[in-house]
Amino acid sequence: MRLNSGATASPRFFHKPLGYVSVTLRLRDDSSHFLASLRLRMPAPIRLRELIRTIRTARTQAEEREMIQKECAAIRSSFREEDNTYRCRNVAKLLYMHMLGYPAHFGQLECLKLIASQKFTDKRIGYLGAMLLLDERQDVHLLMTNCIKNDLNHSTQYVQGLALCTLGCMGSSEMCRDLAGEVEKLLKTSNSYLRKKAALCAVHVIRKVPELMEMFLPATKNLLSEKNHGVLHTSVVLLTEMCERSPDMLAHFRKNEKLVPQLVRILKNLIMSGYSPEHDVSGISDPFLQVRILRLLRILGKSDDDSSEAMNDILAQVATNTETSKNVGNAILYETVLTIMDIKSESGLRVLAINILGRFLLNNDKNIRYVALTSLLKTVQTDHNAVQRHRSTIVDCLKDLDVSIKRRAMELSFALVNGNNIRGMMKELLYFLDSCDPEFKADCASGVFLAAEKYAPSKRWHIDTIMRVLTTAGSYVRDDSVPNLIQLITNSVEMHAYTVQRLYKALLDDISQQPLVQVASWCIGEYGDLLVSGQCEEEEPIQVTEDEVLDVLEGLLVSNLSTPVTRGYALTAIMKLSTRFSSVNRIKKVVSIYGSSIDVELQQRAVEYNALFKKYDHMRPALLERMPIMEKTATNGPTEIVQTNGETEPSAVEPKHPPPVTQPTNQANDLLDLLGGNDVVPVIQTTMPTKPASAGGELLDLLGDLSLSGGSAPAPAPSVPTSQPSFLLDGLSSQPLFNDIAAAGIPPMTAYNKNGLKIDFTFERANPNPNIAVITIHASNSTEAEMTDFVFQAAVPKTFQLQLLSPSSNVVPALNQGTVTQVIRVLNPQKQQLRMRIKLTYTHKGSPVQDLAEVNNFPPQSWQ
Amino acid sequence: MIKFMLMVNRQGQTRLSRYYQSVELSRRAALEADVVRCCLSRKKDQCSFVEYKDFKLVYRQYAALYIVVGVTDTENELSIYELVHNFVEVLDKYFSRVSELDIMFNLDRVHIILDEMIQNGHIVETNKSRILAPLTALDKMADG
Repeated sequence: MRLNSGATASPRFFHKPLGYVSVTLRLRDDSSHFLASLRLRMPAPIRLRELIRTIRTARTQAEEREMIQKECAAIRSSFREEDNTYRCRNVAKLLYMHMLGYPAHFGQLECLKLIASQKFTDKRIGYLGAMLLLDERQDVHLLMTNCIKNDLNHSTQYVQGLALCTLGCMGSSEMCRDLAGEVEKLLKTSNSYLRKKAALCAVHVIRKVPELMEMFLPATKNLLSEKNHGVLHTSVVLLTEMCERSPDMLAHFRKNEKLVPQLVRILKNLIMSGYSPEHDVSGISDPFLQVRILRLLRILGKSDDDSSEAMNDILAQVATNTETSKNVGNAILYETVLTIMDIKSESGLRVLAINILGRFLLNNDKNIRYVALTSLLKTVQTDHNAVQRHRSTIVDCLKDLDVSIKRRAMELSFALVNGNNIRGMMKELLYFLDSCDPEFKADCASGVFLAAEKYAPSKRWHIDTIMRVLTTAGSYVRDDSVPNLIQLITNSVEMHAYTVQRLYKALLDDISQQPLVQVASWCIGEYGDLLVSGQCEEEEPIQVTEDEVLDVLEGLLVSNLSTPVTRGYALTAIMKLSTRFSSVNRIKKVVSIYGSSIDVELQQRAVEYNALFKKYDHMRPALLERMPIMEKTATNGPTEIVQTNGETEPSAVEPKHPPPVTQPTNQANDLLDLLGGNDVVPVIQTTMPTKPASAGGELLDLLGDLSLSGGSAPAPAPSVPTSQPSFLLDGLSSQPLFNDIAAAGIPPMTAYNKNGLKIDFTFERANPNPNIAVITIHASNSTEAEMTDFVFQAAVPKTFQLQLLSPSSNVVPALNQGTVTQVIRVLNPQKQQLRMRIKLTYTHKGSPVQDLAEVNNFPPQSWQ
Repeated sequence: MIKFMLMVNRQGQTRLSRYYQSVELSRRAALEADVVRCCLSRKKDQCSFVEYKDFKLVYRQYAALYIVVGVTDTENELSIYELVHNFVEVLDKYFSRVSELDIMFNLDRVHIILDEMIQNGHIVETNKSRILAPLTALDKMADG
């Protein structure tokens, strides 16, 4: 088709669509534009520097992103054009953008193409890109394997080095398996540049494919005879890796290879050789190699006597000859100390090591002090005495400004605490607790508690320390420290008055620290009478009235700072004071107010306490009496271990919530006790349920018949099958039961015998505390009518402590058909004669009977 | 072993990053920011070794640039501290009085130097002339 214009259409426009016919005039003019636009469409990509300069001019993140996106688009189109000349430049730019955090995955294939090219610059950038952009999760990397293989056999050593470097950096296990042979070959060449790289590549291969370790073993034989330090260094790394990975290799190297003498020789050369300008760093020749060798020696010498002996001399030499004025020398000394500590060195060497660490501690440089504290922490277990010598320096480090040093010093101080230095150390540690950061306070507080528990010189000191911790770091202590503390306080009987006084004073000051408030309110509840009567011996007694105490406790209830748990403690404390104080009305009022509280826990307690005032007033004193001494609940008996602090008391009182579980299990305890001193002695809550017992009673009747003090007619078989394991029944039927009880050594006795009601006591010593006598009462009824609502109560003189467990039932069947048993535990720390006053209430033939009696005829063995 | 090496300036911009243990790309930025924040907030008289998560950081400040090396627990921190200084001395020798701009504009060269010194998380070579030998060869090839 001819064009209408007279212009000669040049052949290159034939491909233009015919629709352009009308635009003929412009064609000639357009031609030059068209050529130009062809050129413009493909400008040379900018150099990396230009890109960086452009990016630096960006003011905001959005601008920078825009620039980078534009450049990325340009790079992408350039890649599409398959241009060889500029590919290298584009990939370099891509790497820069990748470093800034932008996605660069479209450059991965380009890297591969660069690697395949022949130019060294291309290869360099290609391998760099491969190392940065690729890893074994992309499938593309497998394509590299062939390239690397070719390059490993290249004529130029630098190319070979590149390939080794890349393989060592990101080779996957398949690649490693394929190319391990090549690497091994290169490990044996004489070219030191390649040898060192091949050694580290071998390390990577071993990490990826551990089975190939044996393949490299022959090549390692003469690695250490090289002079080149680079090769030495990397071969030591290779040997270290092999020894760490496989104990067989380790044994092999220790025995066959004479590795240790070789290493010792190299190290000696390094130290003695004098000045060598190549490897010198601040006057010490090649410290990096020295450190590496020392580390390998450590691995070789660990728990191996021969190797350790061989290296003793050289270690001593390094330790004494190295200059300590510069950081370099200290680095070597640090490694030496670590090595000495780990191998089986002789004691002189160990002392030398600890002295070096002591010198480090006095150094001004904080890095070195940190390093010293870390290593001392590792050695304090084994060389305790040596570390003790530096105790004062360590304690000074507590005041350092640096967080890491403070933490290390704190841990080390706790490790160094012992019976001799506890007072001084605790002073320092408490001072530290005052001034340290919150992140330390929890750890420090628990550490103080542990140390105080182990080494407290006196109870008063112990309580003082704990109080100090609570007042300074009260909100950071762990949750279980409150019950621990309460248990501690109850155990130190003579300190009660002093404790409660101090806690009261602390409460007056500050009620924001919850653990302190909880402990204080518990104590005031327990020992409020001591507080009011002003009986304290240790300190000046303060004059406190009952109203003031109640004010404080009520203040706790109302305050916003108190958590619900604290409020619970406070309410229970107020309740307990109702038996110890005389102003009961005020307490009744408080309790009834909280009966309508929104908090369910508080409401329940208040309602229960109210019920206690109204319906069960006769039981109130018994319920709210002093807590017995709690044993540390180390053993877990068949019953549940009830947490013995004030809160759980009321829950058993509530008639609507009978604890049926405790019933049979308590009986199981009784049974176990009777069966002769089991080692399982659980601590059981004092409960006085008034509901009739169910299962298990009949079982005990059987036992009651078999007991010595009983002697009633054989009981009928239990009508209600119990959940007790049958082995108990087996035990019951055998004769040796009598012998067991008799063998306990304390004869049973009859405590009360009146109106047909007979009560017998059988004794036992409780484990683990021999001061506790366990008395089981058996109540039997010889009249014709049964006795219902049977309640047994006992009281002992002030020097004893009594714990009454729940009875088996409160119906004593008539005509000696069965007995009711109950376990009493009496603590008799002063070994005085046991006396007891008992009170019995029951309903017999429709009328209530109440009786008081005194039991004085306890056998001497029961309280001696 | 060395887990990573970073060069970050006081504004928090990464000038060099090299990972010897693979970290996902998405997490790298967060990790770098966190590490840098940790080091930038420390005062002059504080220790140069920081415990961070389950490994240690050794950092050193040169003018406005922080060099941070993440190492495993078993590594000798003082030795790595020296290594950082050695690296800077090598850069100084190559670029003759190196500055942050030199590192920025010649990132590929710096990577090459780093590869000669540290491979696979372990030290390969610490001798300055030997490290710079391939690079001088490369430069000669590029010019000629």
